[in-house]
Amino acid sequence: MFRVARLVAAKDLRIELRSRIVTNQVLPFAAIVMVMFAFALNTEAVVEKVAPGLVWLATLFSLLILVQRSFAIETADGAMDAMRAAGVDTSGIFLGKALALAVQLAVLEVILLIAAVVLYRAQFHVGGLVLLVTTFLAATCGLALVGTLYGGLAAGVRGRETLLPLLLLPVVAPVLIGATRATEAALGTGGAVVADGWPWLGLLGVFVALFSVGGTLAFGPLIEE
Amino acid sequence: MPMTDNAVTENPTVTATATTVGSGTGTPFTRVLGIATIVSMAVLVLFGLFLSPADVVQGESVRILYIHVGTVWVAYVAFGVTALSSLAFLWKRTTSLTWDRIAGASAEVGVLFMALTLFAGALWGRLAWGKFWVWDARVTTTAFLFITYVGYLAVRGLGGSHQQRGRRSAVVALLAVLEIPLVHFSVKLWRGLHQDSSVADTTKVKLHDLMLFSLFVAVIAFTLLFAWLVIHRQRVLAMQDAIEDKGLDYALAQRRAEGEA
Repeated sequence: MFRVARLVAAKDLRIELRSRIVTNQVLPFAAIVMVMFAFALNTEAVVEKVAPGLVWLATLFSLLILVQRSFAIETADGAMDAMRAAGVDTSGIFLGKALALAVQLAVLEVILLIAAVVLYRAQFHVGGLVLLVTTFLAATCGLALVGTLYGGLAAGVRGRETLLPLLLLPVVAPVLIGATRATEAALGTGGAVVADGWPWLGLLGVFVALFSVGGTLAFGPLIEE
Repeated sequence: MPMTDNAVTENPTVTATATTVGSGTGTPFTRVLGIATIVSMAVLVLFGLFLSPADVVQGESVRILYIHVGTVWVAYVAFGVTALSSLAFLWKRTTSLTWDRIAGASAEVGVLFMALTLFAGALWGRLAWGKFWVWDARVTTTAFLFITYVGYLAVRGLGGSHQQRGRRSAVVALLAVLEIPLVHFSVKLWRGLHQDSSVADTTKVKLHDLMLFSLFVAVIAFTLLFAWLVIHRQRVLAMQDAIEDKGLDYALAQRRAEGEA
């Protein structure tokens, strides 16, 4: 299972490295979303205060595109059918695709965070660094797992990409809430202190645990046939 | 008719239900159930609008709650039925497309009643709190539940074989069971940090006996309506599935006849 996961993840990342779709299309999209948020919110003080939430909202929007892309490369040549016909373990495919998605999301999030510092004047401080890093890791894992799970479902039927946001966004609501609050605590936005962030990290942990087990079990039945 | 010989459906229950149902979806039982529903609704109107008193604090607007509580009860029961039927469908020893159709019918009714709940709740909220919407954990979870099951119904409509639809939607229904408590918990945690008032304060008011009785009538009336709707809808879905199966067999038989001629 883990060997399959490693191979699938390596394959996905190699495709992304060569095609450069993520760097050439998804990253610019995320950047323009960040700029648009500032236009919509207008006041600099407001933008500064809601910066962590905007980072995660931009991540969620980009997640939708990344998931579509991740499964577009599978369905284009019937690659998923071929893997199933070859008897490749579906749990392995699930974990592998989630891992590749997590790596792409992590790169994206680092750039969004830098954009938040530049555009929204978000400020780092050393005390919150551990919380910040663990929050980003947990949230990234959670988003990648759930994204892969529902992406596989939506990919099974062609031309139904419109379904993915409807299914995915309600599910990732806990991640948006938890990650935003934890990031606020880590960055000290609006006078929040680091200690406030840990319960939210716990919430993210529960989310990751539930969907890593649930996803591994459910992915097979969802994509089969 | 040679066509019936070829009518090999993917599940024997399809033909069984289709033949026993006959021309309509009504049976003596559902007729009695339907009459009981109408009678209990009439009793609810009598108690809810005329016999129960207006609330000391909320005035006449309290009568909206008889609808609100009845519909939200049905919606939760419906989603529970969907989850259990999905489980029964996935479990190998009880697997049958009938479970899948019960899950689907129940979710449809649940979404309808959830919409009514949100609508009645917003109207009542405007009168009682002065706002249509509050960011209370229960209210927000309810909205998420509504959207989640709208998504579930969309998954049911994706197409493919009946078995495929059953498997796919059953997994999505069970994932929803996983998701909803998590959403509720996180919204609760989120609200917990804010100092706003919550619904709990207003429900602590002691209820008048007649009000309590009216609420009780509402729950019974709406539960009967739910049962009636789900039974009929389930039978309609069985007929739809049977039509699709028979249509395919019919087309196959015709092509074969063409080939032989």
